[in-house]
Amino acid sequence: MATPTTTSQGPVRSVLVLGSGPIVIGQAAEFDYAGTQACRALREEGIRTILVNSNPATIMTDEDIADAVYIEPLTPDVIRRVIQRERPDGLLPTLGGQTGLNLAVQVARLGILERYGVRLLGTPLEAIERAEDRALFKQLLDKLGEPTVASTIVTTLEEARAFAKEVPLPLVIRPAFTLGGTGGGVAHTPEELDRIVAGGISASPIGQVLLERSLLGWKEIEYEVMRDAADTCITICNMENLDPMGVHTGDSIVVAPSQTLSDREYQMLRSSALRIIRALGIEGGCNVQYALDPHSMDYSVIEVNPRVSRSSALASKATGYPIARMSAKIAIGRRLDELTNAVTGETTAAFEPALDYAVVKIPRWPFDKFARAERTIGTQMKATGEVMAIDRSFEGALQKAVRSLETNAKDLGWEDSTWTDEVIEDLIARPNDLRLWALMAALRRGQTPERLHELSRIDPWFLDKLQGLVDLERRIASDGIDGDLLWTAKRAGFSDAQIGRLSGQSDGRVRALRDRLGMAPVYKMVDTCAGEFAAATPYFYATYEEEDEATPIPGKRALVVGSGPIRIGQGIEFDYCSVQAARALHDAGVASIMVNSNPETVSTDFDASDRLYFEPLDAESVGEILRHETGGDGTGGEVPPVIVQFGGQTAINLAAPLASEGVSIWGSSLDSIDLAEDRYRFEAFLRGLGIPQPPGAAVTSLADAEEVANRIGYPVLVRPSYVLGGRAMEVVYGGDHLARYIRNAASLTPEHPVLVDKYLLGKEVEVDAICDGEAVLIPGVMEHIERAGVHSGDSFAVYPGINLFPAEIETIVDYTTRIALAIGARGLINIQYVIHAGRLYVLEVNPRSSRTVPFMSKATGVPMVKLATGVMLGRSLREQGYEGGLWPRQPLVAVKAPVFSMAKLRGVEVHLGPEMKSTGEVMGIDRSFEPAFFKALLAAGLALPPRGSILLTLADEDKADAVGMIGQLVRMGYKLYATEGTAALIERHGMPVQMVTKRIGRGNPDMLDVILQGTVDGVINTPGPADKEVLDGLQIRRAAVERGIPCITSIDTARAMTDAMASAGSVYTVQPVPAYRRHGFGY
Amino acid sequence: MTDAILDETTRKANRPTPLPADRYRPPSDAALALADGRVFRGRAFGAPGTASGEAVFTTTMTGYQEVCTDPSFRGQIVCMTYPLIGNYGVNTEDDESRRPWIAGLVVREHSSQPSNWRSAGTLDAYLKRYDIPAIAGVDTRALTRHIREVGDARAVLFHGAGSMPDEELIERARGAAIPGEHDVVGEVLAADIEVLGPEGGPHVVVVDCGVKRNIVRSLVARGARVTIVPYGTAYGEIAALRPDGVVVSPGPGDPANLNAGLDVVRSVLAAQVPYFGICLGHQLLARAIGAETSKLKFGHRGGNHPVRDRRNGRVTITAQNHSYRVDPETVPTDQDWEVALVNLNDGSVEGLTHHRLPVLSVQFHPEASPGPMDNGVLFDEFLAMISRSQADRAGAA
Repeated sequence: MATPTTTSQGPVRSVLVLGSGPIVIGQAAEFDYAGTQACRALREEGIRTILVNSNPATIMTDEDIADAVYIEPLTPDVIRRVIQRERPDGLLPTLGGQTGLNLAVQVARLGILERYGVRLLGTPLEAIERAEDRALFKQLLDKLGEPTVASTIVTTLEEARAFAKEVPLPLVIRPAFTLGGTGGGVAHTPEELDRIVAGGISASPIGQVLLERSLLGWKEIEYEVMRDAADTCITICNMENLDPMGVHTGDSIVVAPSQTLSDREYQMLRSSALRIIRALGIEGGCNVQYALDPHSMDYSVIEVNPRVSRSSALASKATGYPIARMSAKIAIGRRLDELTNAVTGETTAAFEPALDYAVVKIPRWPFDKFARAERTIGTQMKATGEVMAIDRSFEGALQKAVRSLETNAKDLGWEDSTWTDEVIEDLIARPNDLRLWALMAALRRGQTPERLHELSRIDPWFLDKLQGLVDLERRIASDGIDGDLLWTAKRAGFSDAQIGRLSGQSDGRVRALRDRLGMAPVYKMVDTCAGEFAAATPYFYATYEEEDEATPIPGKRALVVGSGPIRIGQGIEFDYCSVQAARALHDAGVASIMVNSNPETVSTDFDASDRLYFEPLDAESVGEILRHETGGDGTGGEVPPVIVQFGGQTAINLAAPLASEGVSIWGSSLDSIDLAEDRYRFEAFLRGLGIPQPPGAAVTSLADAEEVANRIGYPVLVRPSYVLGGRAMEVVYGGDHLARYIRNAASLTPEHPVLVDKYLLGKEVEVDAICDGEAVLIPGVMEHIERAGVHSGDSFAVYPGINLFPAEIETIVDYTTRIALAIGARGLINIQYVIHAGRLYVLEVNPRSSRTVPFMSKATGVPMVKLATGVMLGRSLREQGYEGGLWPRQPLVAVKAPVFSMAKLRGVEVHLGPEMKSTGEVMGIDRSFEPAFFKALLAAGLALPPRGSILLTLADEDKADAVGMIGQLVRMGYKLYATEGTAALIERHGMPVQMVTKRIGRGNPDMLDVILQGTVDGVINTPGPADKEVLDGLQIRRAAVERGIPCITSIDTARAMTDAMASAGSVYTVQPVPAYRRHGFGY
Repeated sequence: MTDAILDETTRKANRPTPLPADRYRPPSDAALALADGRVFRGRAFGAPGTASGEAVFTTTMTGYQEVCTDPSFRGQIVCMTYPLIGNYGVNTEDDESRRPWIAGLVVREHSSQPSNWRSAGTLDAYLKRYDIPAIAGVDTRALTRHIREVGDARAVLFHGAGSMPDEELIERARGAAIPGEHDVVGEVLAADIEVLGPEGGPHVVVVDCGVKRNIVRSLVARGARVTIVPYGTAYGEIAALRPDGVVVSPGPGDPANLNAGLDVVRSVLAAQVPYFGICLGHQLLARAIGAETSKLKFGHRGGNHPVRDRRNGRVTITAQNHSYRVDPETVPTDQDWEVALVNLNDGSVEGLTHHRLPVLSVQFHPEASPGPMDNGVLFDEFLAMISRSQADRAGAA
């Protein structure tokens, strides 16, 4: 674009964009999507773009997304140094979520922006503060005459109690300036009020909480609005929450557009939203949330987010309107009416999308991972991710969304076999992750929608729709299926499998019937304008209608299966890989077809692939897309090959069903995948190669398990076969524990054995490699800081393996090369090893992309996904300019640190083990280990404050290893608190320590008190093997997490942390990623 | 990704795929046939019978009751592009005139179990009461894309079309009359003079060509006293009411058929009585000052049309419902007329001003209902114009 971009304060030539850091609950992939769009939008305008983010698993931190990419901790000091180095004209703060926004406010307040002449772009600081500060915001709304809920701001418990005397309970508590409403809740009793208010005050960085009248039962409605500096205001989308007020919008089932609002209600709230963003002076995107009385025109403004958000990502995907992109352009002074609607390519961006379909979003909760977590949902968000589905009916969109969730409840037909009427009623009355299924179960048992409305306050419109689905289920079950009923069922989103189950036949037979009747989905475009204008976007969804709009792509093409919702064990890393694969295909002249169901991601951006199908990742949906791309009968060409190795387990699970349909699977063959997953075959395979694995066996009974465990000796690692993210994996120390595990294992059959392996304590090592069938390229070797036993996804990983001997590395390279070649890998392969007593053992082989691929790509500069995609396209590594073997070690150290969302999940054990618990990751990169590790801690929020007090409570077997570390902590000036045994150890070594008792409630203070009272600033707690201790420890670990202080549960992490902090301090480098790969100093 | 692959595929994607002959056709008992030969089958609802008229679409996602009762839809079979219609029922407050005027309604799905605190019944029952046939289960997006290509079309909506062959339906569609071919304004206007609003407020005469209630409400809510007179009322009678301002309302049909109104407009302008033309009232103003109108290929109907004010660059989102436009090159700019507002989508004329005369004239619907209320401020401007004009007169006297 030739026009110079100028804000009212002068030209903008370079812009600093802040990312949102690691994925945590409340702040997920949507900010990679937003930041990536923003960087692209700025560079289109000829602006030098500088990005800072600590999360390597993002597309935005790819070196070609911005002119300078910094993977550094998001702290004021880092930002100051980046500004000093880059001297940007402006800072764009509204695209990095609450993290980016808070950091920008901090940096501005510290005077850093002023000192270097950096302007805050987009929404002014004053507007941000007015929207974020509850008191200022309420003042503004009062001035505008916009109704708000009876509420007050308090900073003490006494003030809260006084308010509760005037306004009846229940009261909602919302702390100021926290992520995803952390620390909030609804108080029904005075006791709950005390507890939640105290928690909220401590969670809020400004010690402020809002108390307000509960609007339980009111409708919750959101508007996504935009405004430019010329005061043009538009709404992109409105959304209605199926769950009425009381459930965080991130935890609500959301429908777009609103379904039960008349035009008068719709426009009343729209006008209000525009008045508010005008009054605030927002320049960019903004989200306004309302409560609407279901029995009158009364409404209340609940909240404003003066930035792009999860909701704006959802609205972008629901409408096709790229909110983040437009926000970035507005920030540098562009006007909406001079920007083009990128979807139609013709009309202006100053318009409001019209939808001609319904969109349903359902959150994805982590309760399948955290059996102990409290499943009730409320004002504190607990979902890690979400799915979205589009259809021409609400029922279709809802059922497709359910099928996209990939939980045990594969579809709406699922019920827990233990549910009684009472349980169902309770699940309906109290919001929780199973409520949707409970509603269906209740209707099946003859409850009326009216009764369910009384229990849940969910709008009758939605309940009647569910009743309609139950009626359809009954008809399918009793009448058998004919053409009309099948058509009706498909239009209501029933899968072939559901219909088959209801009518007593296989899904294959249902499909055969559909084929005979000529009943296949058509694909319609998401075009922002309800078909009014011709559009140039390749964004489609399936529906059972008359006319198709997605003519098969001519020429060469391949389909990339995405990874679905973000969940623990399958995070943004796989979306990163999918996006890279699509781009690599495109660059090779092969049209990329992306299928995914996650609205938060870059992969579902309409320009991330040549064609996007927003569909569930199940065999039926992907199969229909493939058939469709052949023109139904092959007239559109061959069936496109399918790439499953980048979409995590979701995609891998589709390999077998698709292959059985004759679809060609690119990359490692189905047989290679099976070989790696089938315990019996895998054992024989490694034996054949002469490569050791820990002794063990697959068992199908308790007696077998005991026999194996006794033979190989405790401790043993037990897990079900076919696992994802280490689900239900445990280290077992004795016979009782083993018996308990086996009893709890859901099913023990020859098809689903349990694996019992010797648990080898040692250095854990992980390798990602690319294999073309002849050569194996190993970009690098990662060493885990924690010895085996902590899930690799939860471990600190270091590149290069700094404690590995050359001979060990040689063996790793040798084993990796031989395994990759022998297993027949094509593309990526991930292998985990443990070095025990000087010997290398294979723990696991995955012939697919792993979650460390983005980290390793960034650390080593090897474009791993691109090379792997090239291999699948038939180009050898050599043809792509690479050789086999270990890639030269880079002159840097990169540390991957896990990030947890424990504070959001009440009841969840913090202690790490073989079960994965982290939601995200950060990278610390520097010239040597200590500063790299220190930066990783800083970015993960695990760094201890430079001075203060630390509570130590260590397991007996860790004590010997801990003495050096304790000495270091003392030398660094920390005051130590410790429980009985640990304190005795410290005293024995002549160091000062304050003893606190382990026995909670039996001493003054006890170990819980010193955490809750804020006496200590960090906790190092390593639980021993005995269960009792684990349970005792749970309380203090929870307390630390909820108090927001670092809590380290592995002695290895604690030692590395102490070393890093002692020697690195604040002496770390800040420079763009590629600079680390060059020799010499970066200053 | 914006290079060859994408361009090729999207170009193709914009071309409708012909319906394979063997694709499943659900049972149907109603049909919508267009004169150009396209037939959509579906399920009957609303009143049994046949509708004939012009097939048009509107992209408004809410406000079907207002659409049904907007007199400007007289003679048209309206396709709602939003697929779920009737969700919040119909109520006693949202009628925009004394009855629905649409000839027929086309939807993807209509709700038999509406939910809203104001709902007094289903859309189905409402249409039955007013004898309006409708069809559901139609691929309304396909219909919309078709209309986008061929333009607003002569059409019939047929109940009991189960066994009727396409050819017969198409033949009937070809014989359908469209609004421009009969006196639709005469059909919708109320014959009586009606007076509303407080005594003593500025007196606004609204010339009813098919006025919507929210225009009157918007004036009354701002303190005006409103007298509604039917289109065709002579200027002498209007002048006798001593109006402080005159509004010429929206209405159906072709403005070129409405010569009787031109004298009224010219006389209002000559008397320098503040004039507010809305939609048809805007088109009549244009014709009265010598400009011409012509038919759009397919009308602007919906609640998301961006309009830019050329004077200050400000963009607002407007509610629209019109088949005809003012031809910009025919506007007598040499006589101090100016095209002040333009549609950002197609550049069409959205508003005219005069450098001296007290005139407001907009193609869109500031009264919204349905649609965004961004331009309600125009009613304030009109009343401000009236008080300025009164002040000027007082000063002159």
